Amino acid sequence: MRRRPPPLFTRGTRCVRPLLLAAACGALLALGLGAEAAPPQDVLSPAGPQAAHIRDLWHITLAVCTVVFAGVLAAVLVVLWRSPRADSASAAELDPVSARERRAGRRVGTAVAASVLLLLFLIVASVLTDRALAQLSLKDAVRIEITANQWWWEARYDDDDPSRTFTTANELHIPAGRPVLFTLKSNDVIHSLWVPNLHGKKDLIPGRTATLQLQADKPGVYRGQCAEFCGFQHAFMAFLVVAHPPAEYEAWAAAQRRTAVASDDPQAVRGRALFLGGTCVMCHTVLGTTASAHRGPDLTHLASRQTLAAGSLANTPQDLERWIRNPQQFKPGVNMPASNLPDEDLKALVAYLRSLS
Amino acid sequence: MKAALHSVAAMCAALCAALLATGCERERRDFEPPQGQAIAPGTRNTAQQPGEPTPAPAAQAADMPATPYTVGDNAFAVSQGKRLYRWYNCSACHAPGGGGDWGPALSDDKWIYGSAPNNIFLSIVQGRPNGMPSFGGHIPEDQVWQLVAYVRSLSGQLRKDVAPGRSDALQASEPEVSREREHPQPYLPRDGAQNPAR
Repeated sequence: MRRRPPPLFTRGTRCVRPLLLAAACGALLALGLGAEAAPPQDVLSPAGPQAAHIRDLWHITLAVCTVVFAGVLAAVLVVLWRSPRADSASAAELDPVSARERRAGRRVGTAVAASVLLLLFLIVASVLTDRALAQLSLKDAVRIEITANQWWWEARYDDDDPSRTFTTANELHIPAGRPVLFTLKSNDVIHSLWVPNLHGKKDLIPGRTATLQLQADKPGVYRGQCAEFCGFQHAFMAFLVVAHPPAEYEAWAAAQRRTAVASDDPQAVRGRALFLGGTCVMCHTVLGTTASAHRGPDLTHLASRQTLAAGSLANTPQDLERWIRNPQQFKPGVNMPASNLPDEDLKALVAYLRSLS
Repeated sequence: MKAALHSVAAMCAALCAALLATGCERERRDFEPPQGQAIAPGTRNTAQQPGEPTPAPAAQAADMPATPYTVGDNAFAVSQGKRLYRWYNCSACHAPGGGGDWGPALSDDKWIYGSAPNNIFLSIVQGRPNGMPSFGGHIPEDQVWQLVAYVRSLSGQLRKDVAPGRSDALQASEPEVSREREHPQPYLPRDGAQNPAR
């Protein structure tokens, strides 16, 4: 059974939000970054070869910089300790090229040479890391085209057989131990894809295509986040990467390829009519119905996802209802409009969306 | 001399303050949901209608806008309207930039169903003969108003500091901000001519 995690964020009403935020920050600090709450988003615990290369480079850089910093501090302390202290009676020292200064010049020269060598070492380490990152074999890779939108992610799983491609949103599932090739695009402004446990950042620029290859070595859930300011809700443009054992991944992909199953529940049937006759149909897709717009996330298998609204809310009936009623309450400025449906219509709509598993 | 300098400085300061004040208004963004009621679905008068057929409503009185047109001087609302124009596929018939294709041009001075904001609102909500679908029930009222404001910017009806100068996608036509103002007039297509754009 899939574990349903707690919401990545919980947000209050407008007036109390700053207080909540401050309290949350305090709590996080107190708990030493509340370990058990959200899925990991941590550069220092890599879950794949790419992130491991980056972590290694970080450790090398940290070690070199620590040595240099300690050396500089030690030199300053030695200089302070040994500096000649003149009293008012001693004569002024006027000889500019004393032997002592020549000796100091040699020491400065040595330090500059050491700095240059260490910097060169870091540059070489960085270049080698880049080369290592580019050497991930893409044999048998899963190809995913990711399109960033304000403020959510669309993922299209490519296949040589076009009938096997499918689209999902805000939740990537990948097979562990198999390379993944991301093709990155943007529909509006510059975004940046960042899953710290798997790889570094890569920008998604409108009108351009970038690629990113990575691999998760072991199954797990990793959190990703937009890392380039992209408007009001940049901070709430998150997603999950779920790495499965290969067989489990194939089962998930097969389920995603299916069109939506029409539920017999009268509530869901009524909700379906509301969905297709109302505002939802203008932006969303549900495969197997007449809804086929791509301005909002594909909802064909909405109920199978763990979060709503790009990682902002847990995917529960209550949160789904609150989100549809007024998305602006959770993500002010989001492009999804509020809907002033009567309560019973909203319940039916939620029942329909919950049936899309 | 010094007094003159002071008065010039004061005038400059006042001018800057006035400019800043108007600037604030033109970018104001309201994220609270509008208080207007839902628009009743319109009559399905073309196969191009989004979604599935819905029964025709009894009366069209509910189509009258519940909220007034207030977004014509708000740059953010107009740029959202520009987005929706592409998203909701207005551009498929009226062309990106409003030059017209299967549907009439929106960037000229010819207005078959009226150029006032209310007229445009009703054209979008009710649909019009010969192909304009009714979007009543499919687009919330505040978004219809944003579309109305953008449609007006296509023929230069909005202030220069409000009309959009940026586009999410490539745009071949002149930016809305630099369009000459057209002077709308009523227009009746000739007999047999279904499409005034051609």
